[in-house]
Amino acid sequence: MQEDIQIHLTVNGKPHDCSVSTRKSLADFLRQDLKLTGTHVGCEHGVCGACTVLVNHQTARACLMLAVQADQCEVTTVEGLANADQTLSVLQQAFKESHALQCGFCTPGMLTTLTELLAENLNPTEDEVREAITGNLCRCTGYQPIIQAGLLAAQRLRALGEQAPAQASTLTGGSTR
Amino acid sequence: MSVTRTFEAYAPPSSLSDNERPQQYIGSPVQRTEDDALLQGLGQYVDDLKLEGVLHAAVLRSPHAHATIDAIDTSAARLMPGVVKIYLYDDLPESAKKRLPVLVPNPAIKQVMTQEVLASREVLCVGDPVAFVVATQRCLAEDACDAIVVEYQVLPAVADCLHALQASSPTIHSDIASNMAANVKMGFGDIGDAFAKAAHRVRDTFWINRGSAHPMETRGYAARFDPATGDLCVWSSGQTPHLEKKNLIDVLAWHPEKLRVIINDVGGGFGPKVMFYPEEALVAHAAHDLGQPVKWIEDRREHFYTATQERDQWWDMELALTAEGKILGLKLIMTHDNGAYLPWGIIMPYIGVTTTPGPYVIPCIDVDLRVVYTNKNATSPVRGAGRPQAVFAMERIMDKVAHTLGMDRARIREINFVQTEQMPYNNGFIYRDGKPMVYDTGDYPQCQALALELADYENFPTRQAAARQAGRYVGIGFANFVEGTGLGPFEGATVRIQQDGRVTVLTAACPQGQGHKTIFAQICADQLGVPMSMIDVITADTSTISMGIGTFASRITATAGNSVYLAGKSVRDKVLALGAFLLQATPEDLTLRDGVCFVKSNPALSKTFAELARVSQGMPGFSFPPGVTNGLEDTQYFSPSQSTYCNGTAVAEIELDTDTGQIKIIRYCMSHDSGNLINPLLVDGQIQGSIAHGIGNATLEWMRYDEQAQPISTNFAEYLLPTSTDVPHAQLVHLSSPTYLNPLGVKGAGEGGTIPAAAAIVSAIENALTGTGLFLKEAPLTPPRLFEILHESGFFKAVHAPRA
Repeated sequence: MQEDIQIHLTVNGKPHDCSVSTRKSLADFLRQDLKLTGTHVGCEHGVCGACTVLVNHQTARACLMLAVQADQCEVTTVEGLANADQTLSVLQQAFKESHALQCGFCTPGMLTTLTELLAENLNPTEDEVREAITGNLCRCTGYQPIIQAGLLAAQRLRALGEQAPAQASTLTGGSTR
Repeated sequence: MSVTRTFEAYAPPSSLSDNERPQQYIGSPVQRTEDDALLQGLGQYVDDLKLEGVLHAAVLRSPHAHATIDAIDTSAARLMPGVVKIYLYDDLPESAKKRLPVLVPNPAIKQVMTQEVLASREVLCVGDPVAFVVATQRCLAEDACDAIVVEYQVLPAVADCLHALQASSPTIHSDIASNMAANVKMGFGDIGDAFAKAAHRVRDTFWINRGSAHPMETRGYAARFDPATGDLCVWSSGQTPHLEKKNLIDVLAWHPEKLRVIINDVGGGFGPKVMFYPEEALVAHAAHDLGQPVKWIEDRREHFYTATQERDQWWDMELALTAEGKILGLKLIMTHDNGAYLPWGIIMPYIGVTTTPGPYVIPCIDVDLRVVYTNKNATSPVRGAGRPQAVFAMERIMDKVAHTLGMDRARIREINFVQTEQMPYNNGFIYRDGKPMVYDTGDYPQCQALALELADYENFPTRQAAARQAGRYVGIGFANFVEGTGLGPFEGATVRIQQDGRVTVLTAACPQGQGHKTIFAQICADQLGVPMSMIDVITADTSTISMGIGTFASRITATAGNSVYLAGKSVRDKVLALGAFLLQATPEDLTLRDGVCFVKSNPALSKTFAELARVSQGMPGFSFPPGVTNGLEDTQYFSPSQSTYCNGTAVAEIELDTDTGQIKIIRYCMSHDSGNLINPLLVDGQIQGSIAHGIGNATLEWMRYDEQAQPISTNFAEYLLPTSTDVPHAQLVHLSSPTYLNPLGVKGAGEGGTIPAAAAIVSAIENALTGTGLFLKEAPLTPPRLFEILHESGFFKAVHAPRA
């Protein structure tokens, strides 16, 4: 039942060569093997979105993906979203200012999901932000502060983009961008 | 009373960053100190602990709602790869073979049934733990569970609480004579006289079904035993560290000074994590028994089976009224489906019935409360704790009164409100804290008036008429509530100035996202004249403070917050006394700023907190001068004399799609009064979040069981939580009626959004159907259920029939 396979992947810009069980989910691999416990497991059936990570810059449910499927992929977790100097990214900062997190358990999935949105659309409407997080459950905030944080981050990133376009693009995607 | 009317152009308060220092932290919307770590994935939830050599556990659970166990064969499972040990009932120490205690006992409980750590003979609900498997990996422990063979004899199960009371019903356990756990008859006033005098009697029956709390982090426990010291350390995703410790001491027969419970970051609680569960005892026992750390993390399906639930109740309400609509009396029979066990006693249904009067004057009430066992998962408080049901029943019957008497729904409430000049007002009941229910402060008429103004209730008929013209069904509904918060007996805090000059706050309060660390730092900073960045707050570690209760029941700001305030003031006095001696000044001539004690008349003369703290530690053999005592620290256990009552009004405006039964919330407004606010940013967050929970209760969340008490909604596809498109931006207005019951004048704010939501939304749905004669009596109204009600009522025939 447990067969191990060698995989190579990049996580938050750092390459890893690992032997991993074929039955292990990407979420368990990140949490247990790489000790990146910021990716949270909330339902293990792909509904709550807490485990959302970026795989090749696109959101994926780390509980529904096997670690072996991430072979040769670039993975970004919440630990890879801060600026290079470890200060909060524009989006993380907007979450803090908007009180967009309470218990913080769904937050990593919210951040990765909105990171994807802002990488694709720097000028989202409120409805677009709301729509983007429909696959992420939050039991604490009632969502509105998260939507406000998404809009605030977009506004700041647009302003940064007008000042220095290249710099702004690095701020939307963390260390893998 | 001051009213903050923020609604003309509502915007959440602009938050203050770490570097911005307000005149006073208390009352300022400062950003949370918790957030930096959580935003970077650096939280320490229980499953994030890195324990060297940790073993993983899984639980084999009963698939039957009621059965006896004839035999358990673990022979194959024991040989499975990675299996370290399998525990059955017989493997437990004697101290763990008793049933778990009722955490809040009550003499009214006639038949006590609580869970066993592992089932000895009879299982009483699906999910009851039967075996505990420890292995090197979680998946291997689960594989081994599948290989255990249990022979059950299936017994008849009780699924419905009304049926459970009939003589023909089987009992939930073979040793129990009847399914009635407790029957409480209480009340006040002359109910016979009230009904004899009544010009109107209005009666109906309401049903609120069961839901689950569903914090995004499930339950989880880890434990490590140190053979060198005999210390047992347990980490939990809980709400009550000292309660857990107390139970572990009993179940494991452990020395109290050798047991420590630590609760780090918790991914939401909402009530069920208050309870003490079998898995915590099993993890702790196995860690000791095996001499290796052990961890068990609940999966979401287990959460559906085993974390306690709430809201399954039937309410039979009858009001006696004068010709004008003034309430003379209320008779209520409430039947509460408690599930198979009574972990929290009868507190939650008791809170429910005592919440019924709400903001209204009801001269006499007659209560028949029936707490009933069924073979379903146990119930205990979930955000709102019995109050959402009470408010649903009371506000629905008030709407029915308005319909019956042909009055506006606002008017019938206005003529029955407790008036401000009646405060403090005794509503007649004894509350769950054992004290008369005396509402301390609040302005209920103004609270409703402000919410209705914010919602533009007055002009709604125009909007509704225009919508009907266009073939759309829109409705407005509202509900009032009064909530007892800030429950005692106490929650303590220590404030200590350390020898490096930094300040530490220690408390047993146990945050699950509420922002305790931020508000305690705010309160403490103001007392000591330091920036918040100089304060470290340590919560929920039994080794740091000797007594504690925990975080639930909207109680912490009113209890622990005041303890921080009092301890902070006391430490300030100590600093001034020592500073006065060392600086040869009077305390009145001293001031504290940024961790330094200055002489006002000569600021060149000063001592830092670090210097003062070192002096206060003493020198061996040297006595302190008069007026100076050892240590710059103080511990306070603020113990309120009674609960403090917050209140609010929720107004929902909805549009109903009659083709699908789906509603859209067009506008949601709420007025809320929780006294003084320590941090308005966080209070708004609590209200918006608790409204979302209430929207789930009103329209989506339905924990279903079949006739054999098998749970049939056990994942997030079968049981829907509200998503971002279900929850609107709630418009809020704060009233502020500070309480005189605690020095900060604060009341609880964590549950007020949830409590009136179902009542307001269902009233709005009914209002959208004005003209059909439909009276809605249950929650939630999921789209399929609402469609079914419309169909059964003949709505579609009437709509499609030619107009007369």
